[in-house]
Amino acid sequence: MEWLANLFGSYWPAVQLTVWTLLKIVAIVAPLMGAIAYLTLAERKVIGYMQVRIGPNRVGYFGLLQPIADGLKLLFKEIVVPTASNKGLFLLAPVLAIAPAFAAWAVVPFDATLVLADVNAGLLYILAMTSVAVYGVIIAGWASNSKYAFLGAMRSAAQIVSYEIAMGFALVGVLMCANSLNLGQIVLGQAGGVQHWYFLPLFPLFIVYFISAVAETNRAPFDVAEGESEIVAGFHVEYSGMSFAVFFLAEYANMILVSMLAAIMFLGGWLAPFQFMNDIVVFGFRPLADGLPWLLGKVVFFLFFFLWFRATFPRYRYDQIMRLGWKVFIPITIVWIVFVGGMMQTPWAYLFH
Amino acid sequence: MTFFGLHFQDIVFYTLAAILLYAALRVITTRNPVYAALYLVLAFFTAAGVWLLLEAEFLAIALVLVYVGAVMVLFLFVVMMLDINLDKLREGFWNALPIALPVGGLMAVEMVLIVGVRNFGADKILAPPARAADYSNTAELGRVLYTDYLLPFELASVVLLVAIVAAIALTLRDRKESKSVDPSKQVLVKKTDRLRIIKMAAVVEKAEVSSGEAPTNSKEGQ
Repeated sequence: MEWLANLFGSYWPAVQLTVWTLLKIVAIVAPLMGAIAYLTLAERKVIGYMQVRIGPNRVGYFGLLQPIADGLKLLFKEIVVPTASNKGLFLLAPVLAIAPAFAAWAVVPFDATLVLADVNAGLLYILAMTSVAVYGVIIAGWASNSKYAFLGAMRSAAQIVSYEIAMGFALVGVLMCANSLNLGQIVLGQAGGVQHWYFLPLFPLFIVYFISAVAETNRAPFDVAEGESEIVAGFHVEYSGMSFAVFFLAEYANMILVSMLAAIMFLGGWLAPFQFMNDIVVFGFRPLADGLPWLLGKVVFFLFFFLWFRATFPRYRYDQIMRLGWKVFIPITIVWIVFVGGMMQTPWAYLFH
Repeated sequence: MTFFGLHFQDIVFYTLAAILLYAALRVITTRNPVYAALYLVLAFFTAAGVWLLLEAEFLAIALVLVYVGAVMVLFLFVVMMLDINLDKLREGFWNALPIALPVGGLMAVEMVLIVGVRNFGADKILAPPARAADYSNTAELGRVLYTDYLLPFELASVVLLVAIVAAIALTLRDRKESKSVDPSKQVLVKKTDRLRIIKMAAVVEKAEVSSGEAPTNSKEGQ
């Protein structure tokens, strides 16, 4: 340690900080990768049971090793690069898709103190990162030099740009209530039990946010970017092996991210729904106290909705998606923001804080 | 002690600045318009990094959010759809050069005169004082924007709104040949608008009864 400190000289504090931060990033990304792997299994199982099938049950007990088998299969497959494609951009696109999906996790608080970067403008940072994610899709569609891929990219770009506005407005409502852009402060603003959570005063925004989140992640019923019955597989039709798997990972990482954000901003994050749960002591532990398990439970709750939607709703038509985003969601959010702003000037303002 | 007299922040700044200059240069020198747009994205992103070094996090994030996340996406959208003939674009290059060169040179000289060291040197523009970690640039900017500069801010937003309305009014027209249907009417369609269920008495054709072996119900009794 001593000679390392001498080697880096005045850079030593910076180097220490960098290494420590890298370790923390690994501590977030590694469980996230595991969660993504098992989310794919959960999806197949849940949709299977909804369609009165069993789902994967051959690899491992109850099919539990299926994601690992899938991962290995994709790792060993050849990455086919189409001859007429733009090779550099073709390989850059999956990276651009997954990097923002992971980078956004930097400001997500898992607990009152458990957060990688406790920045003031956390909400803005999240918005910026999710808006950059569209580049992976656009570049993939263009670089593939395929009409289906290009159509998928165009659809996806228009859809993500449209729904981002509704999503951003829904977040404006949250920051009006919380008086802060810091995600940790937003959760602490909801302290005091389920009646203080923001999904009650901001119910329309909550619904708009969650549906926009489904559209933002290109999931069914808004998955026109893939639309296998219309444009084969959309923007990733030319991708194979691991380059395809990276798109897949990005999609599921985004699903978990938006579920996490919905839990943090509308369902009180890591807070327990009732105050007395913090006082229950079983064998010296407080099993129902505020903490990570509550947050994860809420995230799983939202993720289940993603799977449920996919199993039950038929795909939206493209023009109806655009109509829903521009003519329904954006007016709803604007009206509700004005309403909340007005209510804050009345004696009932305490309901909105 | 520092490496080559550089602090850690200086290294970050020079790296970002080099990437920024390279990307900005490639925007105008690259032949493919899609590459140009992507280099512009890179330039915006690096500029946001430089602003973060200045502790202007709101501006940095707004740059990424607005320009990278929205404006450039639409730019790319349009550029990718165009089939630009590069040779045709470059046809008049040598004819335009004798005029373009002095004009460009003059602009460069003017910019150096105004933006140069004389007016914006390090001794004229002091570095902003470093703030404490809990200083929120976003909150500070919001406070100024909605108190001291409320009127200019509202005026700017009204101008933008007028521009939006004007742009839509100029471009939105009903095309006669378009056969698109109104989605709001579509979703309101009920079953009764399209489908009429009529009760009818069942018509049973008389089965032809053959003379000899008419079906008998003899077994029914058993």
